[in-house]
Amino acid sequence: MNVLYFAWVRQKVGRGEEVIEHAPALRTVGDLAAMLAARGGGYAEAFGDMRRLRAAVNQVHAGLDAVLAPGDEVAFFPPVTGG
Amino acid sequence: MSVNIHIQAEDFDVSDEIEALTTETTGAVASFVGLVRGGDDLTALTLEHYPQMTEREIGRIAAEAQARWPLESLTIIHRVGRLTVGERIVLVAVAASHRAAAFEACEFLMDYLKTRAPFWKQEERGGTTRWVEHRDADAAAAERWRKP
Repeated sequence: MNVLYFAWVRQKVGRGEEVIEHAPALRTVGDLAAMLAARGGGYAEAFGDMRRLRAAVNQVHAGLDAVLAPGDEVAFFPPVTGG
Repeated sequence: MSVNIHIQAEDFDVSDEIEALTTETTGAVASFVGLVRGGDDLTALTLEHYPQMTEREIGRIAAEAQARWPLESLTIIHRVGRLTVGERIVLVAVAASHRAAAFEACEFLMDYLKTRAPFWKQEERGGTTRWVEHRDADAAAAERWRKP
């Protein structure tokens, strides 16, 4: 899966994207976020409180319960502030 | 019905965009222009976005507006990159036969852009930067369109 980060999430984790292998333990967006938070450091800061984050799967807004599949593009970002 | 969506660093000309929307049957064009607001020592905004998702999400928002109101055409331009105080950020322009549809669709599109389209603003004040927090008022503005 290609995992993308935007705005302060990108700054805290120190990169804009990375490839993470899909695995049975990463069934949902929430599972992936929990795995990332467990990495510690900037990841723990970014993913420690999922209420502050939003996600998208394959460029469509998605909740923490959205189910992941191999090859998905998953993005994590703060609530949007455009316009 | 034509839908024009542009994500760009460059500025736009509001008159040209409105002119391009109108046909012989157009009776009303409503437009909104968002600007970088000065004050509180703000010097600039930098707009980041999620390129692959932005146009798709704005396309979904535009399709919803078309389904709800009898529109002739619409244009949405959203700039990205660093913009200084007074610069234009966003244009929404809607052409219709009558003004009610144009006014309402324009407001709907802005409310949804602010809460759904993946853009993020970073403020610059002197030498420091800060990500803009989302406003509950924006979410409430978008939410009211759900009510019957």
